[in-house]
Amino acid sequence: MGFHFSSLARIIQLLFGKRHARIGIYGAPNVGKTTLANRIAMDLAGEVVGTVSDVPHETRRAKTKKNLKIENGTSSLTIDIVDTPGIATKVDYMEFVRNYGIDEEEARRRAKEATEGVIEAIRWLDNVDGVLLVMDSTEDPFTQVNVTILGNLEARNLPVIIAANKIDMETSSPATIKSAFPQHPVVPISALTGHNMQALYSKMIEHFGKRKKRRWIK
Amino acid sequence: MKEGITVDLVSKDKLDELSSEERINYIIDEVRKGKILVLERGLTSSERVKLIQQTMEKIDHDTFIGIEIEGYPEEKRSFIHRIFGMVGKPRITVIGPAHLLKTIRRDDRVIETVIVPGRRDV
Repeated sequence: MGFHFSSLARIIQLLFGKRHARIGIYGAPNVGKTTLANRIAMDLAGEVVGTVSDVPHETRRAKTKKNLKIENGTSSLTIDIVDTPGIATKVDYMEFVRNYGIDEEEARRRAKEATEGVIEAIRWLDNVDGVLLVMDSTEDPFTQVNVTILGNLEARNLPVIIAANKIDMETSSPATIKSAFPQHPVVPISALTGHNMQALYSKMIEHFGKRKKRRWIK
Repeated sequence: MKEGITVDLVSKDKLDELSSEERINYIIDEVRKGKILVLERGLTSSERVKLIQQTMEKIDHDTFIGIEIEGYPEEKRSFIHRIFGMVGKPRITVIGPAHLLKTIRRDDRVIETVIVPGRRDV
């Protein structure tokens, strides 16, 4: 018979699923958002998205990489990724001065841009089809930033995958993240080493490829 | 007399009489004055996002560096609530200026915070 399962899978995806999705990479500062964005862009297009640094708020403007195709056997999904600035409830220029030896003028400029970056990241929530929420699996996941982002995504009915990052670190505990947020898919990864990225790609095709009706909130 | 730090315990009734926007403005205004607020009924996740957004707009890097917020997540929604897309009720929340308030520990039953005057020389 000339009709294969792969053809059927494609037809089903065409009829019921998304082929192209804009995915926002969200999270608190320093959880590895840009490292993950770079890993995805490097794996799928051989390019990087942005500069990685130990200094918080290194990414202060959202950066986009378009038309990245994820393939997994018979299924595929083309994504645009948006690497967003870290979301925080406070930005203190003195932290840059004290902890990273940045001079005051530069620290003030950086802090101002960081506050603008948080606002931009929040605005992007209106323009994404799904979210990769990055959490540092060496830290307590139950933060106000994580809880707020997840609650907001649930209110918008936006699909989310939690990337439990930094599993290359000895103190990491992705199981803590899984037990904290059992209602969402959690994929343990190391964006730095690339460990378990294939599992994340498979989950992205499965989860972000679904057609979901988003709710708009004022 | 030494000037103290004000902690306001804000009732659900007071919060309910304000619109969502008024609630956020009220919180930001009070926190910028240096007050710590304990809200009997917290904010929904949508309101918290707006609060973060407005906090960022109000940061001036010298006198206001942002907020510290800690609270319990919204109550789980019932089946009926989910069908009608209704959000769960937010629970007790403490909010204060980031240069004064710091969360030490939280678990399912207790949120432990400290007020540290002069935590940052602003």
